[in-house]
Amino acid sequence: VNRIATGRRAGGIYPPYLFEGYRSTIRRAPSRSLLVAPSIDSELGGPGAALAELWGPDDDLTRNSPTGGGEALGERIIVTGHVLDVHGEPVARTLVEVWQANAAGRYVHDKDGHDAPLDPNFTGIGRCVTDDEGRYRLTTIKPGAYPWANHENAWRPAHIHFSVFGHTFAGRLVTQMYFPGDPLHEQDPIFNSIPDEEARARLVADYAHDVTREGWALGYRFNIVLGGHAGTPRDPDDSP
Amino acid sequence: VTDAITPPQTVGPFFHDSLLQIPRNVISEPTEEDRIAITGRVLDGGGSPVDDALIEIWHSDRSGRFMHENFLGFGRAATDDFGTYWLETVRPGAPGGGAPCIWVHVFARGLLDRLATRIYLADESSNGEDPLLNSVPEERRPTLIASRSENDGLGTYHFDIRLQGDGETVFFDI
Repeated sequence: VNRIATGRRAGGIYPPYLFEGYRSTIRRAPSRSLLVAPSIDSELGGPGAALAELWGPDDDLTRNSPTGGGEALGERIIVTGHVLDVHGEPVARTLVEVWQANAAGRYVHDKDGHDAPLDPNFTGIGRCVTDDEGRYRLTTIKPGAYPWANHENAWRPAHIHFSVFGHTFAGRLVTQMYFPGDPLHEQDPIFNSIPDEEARARLVADYAHDVTREGWALGYRFNIVLGGHAGTPRDPDDSP
Repeated sequence: VTDAITPPQTVGPFFHDSLLQIPRNVISEPTEEDRIAITGRVLDGGGSPVDDALIEIWHSDRSGRFMHENFLGFGRAATDDFGTYWLETVRPGAPGGGAPCIWVHVFARGLLDRLATRIYLADESSNGEDPLLNSVPEERRPTLIASRSENDGLGTYHFDIRLQGDGETVFFDI
């Protein structure tokens, strides 16, 4: 089975597809090696900017519930950071989608059976659009930890799911942001599937006092560096 | 090149309300003969349906142009209880020469990183000249070719995605 990463996925940054500690990988991980594809038309852009223009931001999760009309319960936080490409250049005007559990550790989802209350003022869903410097910023509440069935007394550490489009198809990233100092990190197989310790640590946001707003919300900084093929997208009008 | 790449994590089982706000159909203004559907099942190593996968497609228009004024070329769908997804789009082109094709990303609970693959259409005569398809060992090429049927007049391509084991779909390191 596919344990050894090659190509893009070499070097300990990427998790192996098969990671037995995370049980759902056992039947879902490919057993064959990925085939190397030359960097061809996959470099011809991606939909991030167009999607951002079509849907726009919805970046205050404390107030965007259509069913409540009030403010979400929980510890109010601001999360901000830059989206950068593999050269460290900003990815401007791209779409960043987020989803998360509420302060009690419950998702608004039919398949979430955790016995914890829903908050009518919180859907846990939002979107940001990066600015010209690649910066995004969202206001939300700190999600709660929640139990899951992976192993005995298993709990997911608090996390926010991120979905990010880069300049290219190959820059596509779906990941999770964690919170500093969480004692649940060490027992979480999803977090610990990242082989390299420094790479794993990059999934943990920094508490940022300069982002913290006095009398209102705590600040966290989470920068996102996209992998895949680098390069500036070609002007779509310039395509063959 | 920076070595500070942010690692991926699984999309998990709870993405639907967030990621499916974007409609499943590729935005474009197709003519009737250009419209097609892509459907299939996502199956795990035991042959069981993967009922919580997310499929994203990305392709050029028939002339080989990616994303332009009336054409986005991106679509998204989740699998249902039977592991089935359904996307409607237009016939793709061949942006880099070779054969017309559709790039696919698969995300799911239990997939710690995305999987990338490519759909070729069985009724395209240029499949045999496609460099990427030809780079795949011959016995595995059929996993990348979608068969066609008519569905109330809509050309419908069937593309199953087998994550593991017999008939495992070819995935690319993209």
